[in-house]
Amino acid sequence: MSRDSSSSAPGGPGARSGRTGPARRASRFGRLVDGGLLLQGGVQGSPVLRLFVRWVRRPLLPAVRLWRRNIQLKVVVTTLLMSLGVVLMLGFAVMSSVNNGLLKAKVKASQSQADGGFRAAQDSVNAARQSTEQGQGQGPDGSTVDGRNAAVWMSDLVEQLSSGGQNAFAVVTLTSTSDAGSVRGSRASGGVEPILSVPEELRGRVDKGTEVFQANTRIEYDDGREAQPGLVIGKRLNDLNGDPYQLYYLFPLTQEEESLNLVRTTLATAGLFVVVLLGAIAWLVVRQVVTPVRMAAGIAERLSAGRLQERMKVTGEDDIARLGEAFNKMAQNLQLKIQQLEELSRMQRRFVSDVSHELRTPLTTVRMAADVIHEARVDFDPVTARSAELLADQLDRFELLLADLLEISRFDAGAAALEAEAIDLREVVRRVVGGAEMLAERKGTHIRVVGDQQPVVAEADARRVERVLRNLVVNAVEHGEGKDVVVRLAAAGGAVAVAVRDYGVGLKPGEATRVFSRFWRADPARARTTGGTGLGLSIALEDARLHGGWLQAWGEPGGGSQFRLTLPRTADEPLRGSPIPLEPDDSRRHRGLNDAGLPLGGGNKLATVPAQAAAVSQKASPPVPAKGPIAPRLARAAAVDLTALPGNGSRVVSRRSPDDEVSSAVREGSESPAPQRGTTTSPDSQQAQKSQQAQQAQQAQESWETQGSQAPPQPQESQARSREPEPEPEAEAAREAEAGSAREGESARGR
Amino acid sequence: MMSGMKGRVLVVDDDTALAEMLGIVLRGEGFEPSFVADGDKALAAFREAKPDLVLLDLMLPGRDGIEVCRLIRAESGVPIVMLTAKSDTVDVVVGLESGADDYIVKPFKPKELVARIRARLRRSEEPAPEQLAIGDLVIDVAGHSVKREGQSIALTPLEFDLLVALARKPWQVFTREVLLEQVWGYRHAADTRLVNVHVQRLRSKVERDPERPEIVVTVRGVGYKAGPS
Repeated sequence: MSRDSSSSAPGGPGARSGRTGPARRASRFGRLVDGGLLLQGGVQGSPVLRLFVRWVRRPLLPAVRLWRRNIQLKVVVTTLLMSLGVVLMLGFAVMSSVNNGLLKAKVKASQSQADGGFRAAQDSVNAARQSTEQGQGQGPDGSTVDGRNAAVWMSDLVEQLSSGGQNAFAVVTLTSTSDAGSVRGSRASGGVEPILSVPEELRGRVDKGTEVFQANTRIEYDDGREAQPGLVIGKRLNDLNGDPYQLYYLFPLTQEEESLNLVRTTLATAGLFVVVLLGAIAWLVVRQVVTPVRMAAGIAERLSAGRLQERMKVTGEDDIARLGEAFNKMAQNLQLKIQQLEELSRMQRRFVSDVSHELRTPLTTVRMAADVIHEARVDFDPVTARSAELLADQLDRFELLLADLLEISRFDAGAAALEAEAIDLREVVRRVVGGAEMLAERKGTHIRVVGDQQPVVAEADARRVERVLRNLVVNAVEHGEGKDVVVRLAAAGGAVAVAVRDYGVGLKPGEATRVFSRFWRADPARARTTGGTGLGLSIALEDARLHGGWLQAWGEPGGGSQFRLTLPRTADEPLRGSPIPLEPDDSRRHRGLNDAGLPLGGGNKLATVPAQAAAVSQKASPPVPAKGPIAPRLARAAAVDLTALPGNGSRVVSRRSPDDEVSSAVREGSESPAPQRGTTTSPDSQQAQKSQQAQQAQQAQESWETQGSQAPPQPQESQARSREPEPEPEAEAAREAEAGSAREGESARGR
Repeated sequence: MMSGMKGRVLVVDDDTALAEMLGIVLRGEGFEPSFVADGDKALAAFREAKPDLVLLDLMLPGRDGIEVCRLIRAESGVPIVMLTAKSDTVDVVVGLESGADDYIVKPFKPKELVARIRARLRRSEEPAPEQLAIGDLVIDVAGHSVKREGQSIALTPLEFDLLVALARKPWQVFTREVLLEQVWGYRHAADTRLVNVHVQRLRSKVERDPERPEIVVTVRGVGYKAGPS
């Protein structure tokens, strides 16, 4: 039973543990019935993915936090990135223009040089042919003579062509690749390694076409010199014999390359410097702005922490100085106002104290005099005797009113102080019930105390708690119309609660919050039987608030009411839930009856059960078996006693009546077609069956949170029928379930 | 009724109407009241009247009630009941710490006042020779003395009563309410601050180390009990 263990965990919020119930169910329905919804939900559908995202995010979190919190870092990083981009763009632009300027010229010069070369080679071939034709007859063996001549001619040609270059270029001739087996080898000038220096791809191209081709290459040397970048321009020509050969001009680009490298390095260095400098400048500039802002933030924090004398240092007349001046002015005004308010509050307290004294001293005299007269009234004539009685009675009332007024004004002035110590609420309840016995007897009411088997200890101000409870019990007896009053105690998690239940006239819708208003009266037309001052519940509310606790009311017209006081177990701990549901288990709605006392339809009833009441009821107080609506009280009382009430969140096996088994079966049946609704209801038996899977709570809970928040509003008509006194039971439930929303709960009470 | 017990009561109050009314009521109950309206003259009046009990208004012209209370306590253990219009914690605690045995908040009923006065005076008619031990203290109930290793410790009657109540039943844990009833004579639960303040005062006198009490032990959440002897 995970819910029990979680509710008994120290500090474990009561309502939170109750939440695992609906959460589990919600996730189940989410998977079984509406799997598509989860898929649409994105990341939530895949725990593995979620785990991965979490795993990735965890080490990054500090950096992300720093990024989010540090404006200086943000600005500097942004500046760095942007200036880096700008510098890169600029660098590329400059590089390409330099490239153009340097290389294009060289390439053009090289091309014209090569063209000249190619023409010269062609001319040389033509000239050689002519001379051969003129000087020699063509013989049958001419080919071999020509072959030797051609080789010599080729070597001469290379030498001749390269001689004009003065090492500005080298000339290479290669045989056509298609004629690889030819005896004519390659020739090269200037120690160039011909095969390696001319790219294969270029040779292919030259071989296929007759026009001029060019390519970038690395020129290799066979005399041990280092290879250097170069431009190679090639063309296919025919030699003496008319055989094709390839003539290449190789132009070393070393100088140009070196110049370009120099420019590139310079640009990169300059760019890096610029980026770093810009970053540094941004850092400095932002620091100038951020430092005063940070100072302002720090001082504002200290101001809000109450150190009102804190001021900013102001130097100069710039915007920052104006900020500082405005800030200081604000702080000064704030200080002044706060001082004024403090002074006012002090005066108010003084005034209350003085009025108290000044009023009370004469009142004491009057009081004593009236008592003396009252004691002696037997000796008076009837009129005077009655007057003496009235005088004494009304003095009592006056006194009470004065005391309550002073108490309220003490709260208003913030002068009320809590004297918390560990007290057993059972003692307080016993005293209160003992004190109310007389009134109860007069009204024919029996006050029962439930849940006082174990100690219910909390750090509280016994005087105030007693005052609250006395108020609640006396109210319950007064408005209980002679029916029983049940005082219920419970403790669970970090909270203790006392609920006072009556079965009297109850509260109309909306009255549950108004009862705490000052001088509020349920029915102005109704005669006042007892001399309440109309401030009792207001004071009780303030008392509860002073403890950091809740005082809430529930009621249904004609069905009685329940007032619940919830206090944190230790004084400073925020409340998260109450061990007792605000709406009692024997309310008309929980018994499945409408206002007229007739049974409701099962499905409709389900839709209107608020999650909070159900969730808390599983954990804290076992359900009161559904018996007859206005059944004899004794029968119900016995049923209540049968079920063990948890004193301090210990395990409770709720005993169920056969009626409940049936009704829960009905609920289960009616629940499955409406899974969304299921998130707001929780039949106990189902709960018990499913509680073993509670360990997956973490995951399930999250899916419930999202689903639960999207739970559809209650059907209007059923809400109207149920006439729920609380305006938004679901919202209330959500609020109670919400972890760390103690103040919320309080505001809910005060709404 | 405790007729025959003629208690002398000194009323220190500047409000003449209230003082007169107090006089009427007190005389009606068989006490002998005497009056002083000024804080400065209170001590002299106290020495002169030698009252069995002092009714002291906290707000006085001249010396205020707290000061008067301290002065009287310095030279006598006579019961002091404060009349106060301020039920605020601080005022009450300050009054009690200055030595008052009990306090009553205005406006009060005559019967309430008389009950308190009687409760404070009643103890003087307890005889019963009895020796009690609590911690390392020896209490002679009839002789109204508390001794540690032969050294007697001066306690006011109320502190003595408180100690005796605890020492009589060392096995019992006393709630504040029970102590209020037994020592102060309140039938209905009143202000438990009375008990707290007086336990502190008692500890400051009888404990070796008031920070770590061994004679009057706090039982958290319940009340007090006598330490093991």
